[in-house]
Amino acid sequence: MIYLDNAATSWPKPPGVIEAMAEAMRFAGGNPGRSGHRLSVAAARLVYDTREDLARFFGVSEPSRVVFTANATHALNQAIRGLVEPGDRVVVTGMEHNAVMRPLRDLEAQGVEITVAPAEPDGWVPPAALQAALTRPARLVVATHASNVTGTLLPVAEFARIAHEAGAWLVVDAAQTAGAVPIDLNSLDIDLLAFTGHKELYGPPGIGGLVIADHFDPVAIRPLVCGGTGSRSESELQPRDLPDRFESGTPNLPGIAGLGASVSWLRERGFDDIRSHRERIHGALLDGLAHIPGLRVFGTGDVARSVAIVSLTVGDEPVSRVGHRLDQEFGILTRVGLHCAPAAHRSIGSFPGGTVRLAPGLFTTDADVARTLDALRRVAAR
Amino acid sequence: MTRVGVALFFTTSAVMQAEKLLQRAGMPVWLIPTPRTLSSDCGIAIRFDEKDRDRVGVLLTEARLESAGIHLVEEADL
Repeated sequence: MIYLDNAATSWPKPPGVIEAMAEAMRFAGGNPGRSGHRLSVAAARLVYDTREDLARFFGVSEPSRVVFTANATHALNQAIRGLVEPGDRVVVTGMEHNAVMRPLRDLEAQGVEITVAPAEPDGWVPPAALQAALTRPARLVVATHASNVTGTLLPVAEFARIAHEAGAWLVVDAAQTAGAVPIDLNSLDIDLLAFTGHKELYGPPGIGGLVIADHFDPVAIRPLVCGGTGSRSESELQPRDLPDRFESGTPNLPGIAGLGASVSWLRERGFDDIRSHRERIHGALLDGLAHIPGLRVFGTGDVARSVAIVSLTVGDEPVSRVGHRLDQEFGILTRVGLHCAPAAHRSIGSFPGGTVRLAPGLFTTDADVARTLDALRRVAAR
Repeated sequence: MTRVGVALFFTTSAVMQAEKLLQRAGMPVWLIPTPRTLSSDCGIAIRFDEKDRDRVGVLLTEARLESAGIHLVEEADL
């Protein structure tokens, strides 16, 4: 079996992740921050240590500025719904996932105006397009760091500069990039960053987060969920303190433990090694695909401008049939269709048919790529 | 009667951060359930030696870590 669906969720997980989750359930089984006994303290330590690691990973100075959520969707909803009010304008790129578009379309019905900075057919969103969309004031810019359809990396540091000049905040959807490329909030000048643990960070599902830049006042964000935090229990008002303001209810302790283990594993491996593996595999895939007649490959075709995601179609063949053949005849697991991103597919011209998405990961080998190319050659030949 | 120091915080995250900070400074500290006499809260607090009272204050201020109060209490009242 060849797993090429890492953009949906990475698999397998690095050694130590599953063990850390089991260990957390066995030896740190208390409720973090709720009680003073040893199991509760062990849980609180585990949560804090992971938070501290992630703060370092994303370049924020205060660990409390990493807020745990269930996933990137939850973090994006927290950021968007927490900042936008009826009458506000929000600018998005033409490559956004429904994790961004659906909360915004919901807010649109409540009087929020949405403007799209259009993408080019390869998924690139030129800074000038964002600039043009910001000639009128906007509250917020929401941009994906890399498209989940084409992998195209967007210039978020430039977006931050343009957004800030126009008086807007920048929220970045890092679902496909957190763990794949270095992200330093301070140097990129991003205000809020949503990430998920189970994709390129190689952790378990059910854990993600919102990173709030050092300069950003968290009180400006209304909490999406209010409730018990184990702190300021005398009050029935939601606390203003980070991270508790956005972390009501019992956290996903095994998820946090697994994410802590995967982030340690990634850090030991290092971004240089991660990048060289990704560029080699991605490059081999793109080179091979270019030599198969009948394929249409989307994206920039440039490994330096993209994460390892390749979208393609095979002639007029329905993508569902291609995906099914790859699975049944060759044991190659891909994701076909619209990838929860109809806006992105419209931008690149693959709506409504969708694409076959190949997303190799850190455990994909050169032999896997060769077998995938061979399989696609056969599928395309028929 | 022995007096001990107790530092309270607004979040568990801040307790964990303070514990690491004080430990790195070579101070013996213990996590204890927040004494009900000091707070109606349900979380954890940091206990330290009475002689370290001033240093705890300085270190927390330097690290810009907001406490919810630094107290000296009779050990029997914990």
